[in-house]
Amino acid sequence: MIRVATLLPELLGTYGDGGNAVVMATRARRRGFDVELIEVGVDDPLPDANLFLLGGGEDGPQRHATEVLHARGLAEAYRAGAHVLAVCAGLQILGTHFCVEGDDRFEGLGLVDAVTTRGVKRSVGELAVLVGGRHLVGFENHGGVTTLGEGVAPLGRVVRGRGSDGDVDGFRAPRLWATYAHGPVLALNPWFADEILASVVSAELAALPTVADQLYAERLRALGL
Amino acid sequence: MVLRKGQPSPRLALSPFLNVISVERMPSALKTRDRLAVTGVRIVNQLSRRLGRGSGTVAGGRFGLRVDPRLLRVLAQGREVALVSGTNGKTTTTAMIREGWAGDVASNTSGSNMPEGHVAALVASASSRVVLEVDEKWLDVTVRDCAPRVVVLLNLSRDQLDRSNEVRAIAERWRSLWATVETASVVVVANANDPLVVYASETAAHVRWCDVETSWTADAVSCPKCTQTLHFAGANWHCACGFARPTPSTSLHDDQLQVGAATRTLRLALPGAFNLANAAMALTAVHELGVDVAEASQRVAQLSDVAGRFSRRHWRGHDLRLTLAKNPAGFAAMLATIRDLPGEIWISINARVADGRDPSWLYDVPFAQLRGRVVHCFGERRLDLATCLDYAGVDYVLCSEDSPPSPNGPVTVLANYTAFQDWLVRSTK
Repeated sequence: MIRVATLLPELLGTYGDGGNAVVMATRARRRGFDVELIEVGVDDPLPDANLFLLGGGEDGPQRHATEVLHARGLAEAYRAGAHVLAVCAGLQILGTHFCVEGDDRFEGLGLVDAVTTRGVKRSVGELAVLVGGRHLVGFENHGGVTTLGEGVAPLGRVVRGRGSDGDVDGFRAPRLWATYAHGPVLALNPWFADEILASVVSAELAALPTVADQLYAERLRALGL
Repeated sequence: MVLRKGQPSPRLALSPFLNVISVERMPSALKTRDRLAVTGVRIVNQLSRRLGRGSGTVAGGRFGLRVDPRLLRVLAQGREVALVSGTNGKTTTTAMIREGWAGDVASNTSGSNMPEGHVAALVASASSRVVLEVDEKWLDVTVRDCAPRVVVLLNLSRDQLDRSNEVRAIAERWRSLWATVETASVVVVANANDPLVVYASETAAHVRWCDVETSWTADAVSCPKCTQTLHFAGANWHCACGFARPTPSTSLHDDQLQVGAATRTLRLALPGAFNLANAAMALTAVHELGVDVAEASQRVAQLSDVAGRFSRRHWRGHDLRLTLAKNPAGFAAMLATIRDLPGEIWISINARVADGRDPSWLYDVPFAQLRGRVVHCFGERRLDLATCLDYAGVDYVLCSEDSPPSPNGPVTVLANYTAFQDWLVRSTK
């Protein structure tokens, strides 16, 4: 049984981020795995889950979500072996510090040494990132510039859009993926969904042809990649 | 050509060029610069129409505002103005106020809902009555320029986030707007069931709260005041911090509409619970403008086609009914209305500038309710739609406008903004 938990969708779910949970569950079920989808509300305890998903959110809700996840012990659950995928505001929350609501600085969960400051202007548009020889495509809409600490690996190099700082996007740690490509990034990138799923189930996965493969190919063409 | 909101198919009849600068159609008491600006608006709009560059509302308005940045204020002076804003229902509610008010009403019927469109509407008609739909981001500027008697605030939800960023930032701007002195005489007609609208309106001096069906509250799950979880029970809602639903003076339950003291039955030619909600708020506005609600509601009830929405059309042997939805809340409301209709469902999605270039919102649409039906996918982003439907467990067929499926009963087309315009152009009456 794979347990996939979407964290605080009422606070972190601005851009169709709930889609990632559905994609993960569908791709696992079609390969014969049992999947339980769990939505974790602000008043719920943190469940025992194999994969936690964090989405994007507005400034106030992002700060509130950080407080809740700190109190519920997401960092401890990750260190105990859970997998984590975070996008947009979720990415900023996993770092050590971030700025929202003007330039006020807030403490993040500190899973990864990453600091987000407020950028001069918002980064809005198509994003493409080269991740281990493959392109991750998506859409970004955020005002943050994220700087990684020494030894922290980015998710990949930016080839379209801005990502964390114009050069690289997100970060990567054992069992953890973070990107500014918001919303249903797993729907647009079936290979990325399968990479995470393979890690969660510790097994190689058979190919699963779906219409999402056509969508991915079409997005690459649209971005000239 | 980039199609923007309010720029439908460029096929309008031309009027003689000299009419364009006829001075007697201008509002009186304009200064030389204003007159120059007004004449400019007319000439540029006529040229734009002649050149087939648009419906002739945006370019002229923009020119006029460059000549005279205070032009909207000048043109609105001395007129009775009603404004309509919110994420969904602006065009329909504006049309309903126009019908309900009756007689000659100046209005931005083309849907251009930013200052250039407002200027064009006020240049085109010297009527003393004005109703304008207003883009959410432009409401503060428009209220200051037009000094409206009534402002209708329908709802607020996620929409085109690549352009307007965060829906709460808009609520915050509206809220601070009412704190200014010059808005003290405005009557705000606001949706009491939408916490973001209540947050955005409660600072106004005069509010008429409306209890109307509001199914989408996913953007107000956390309190706009303190970010704690809001508690919903039916239409009622409250937060531990004290922020709560205000007591409504207008209510609509099933087809029973109560405005002030009087209750009457409201049945519309337009389908959908959301249109009843729009009508209830339009009639509350009309009531504030001094019109008899009984008479106004009879006129509003007959409205059956607003800018092609809900219109019946034909295309390559198919009988189509065209419907429009642009964001998750609009789709949720429209799917509930069309899911049990007989025949086929075709959904058409684009992601041009006017639609918002990011179709991530598809994953916020409750498509799972279409399980058991087959959806035909059209539009430039049909693959995004098909993928979303596949993951939602809904059967789909990828279609092309160039090689349509063969006719098989009536068709309901649900399309987002530019896709809808494409279907209007593609089909015939």
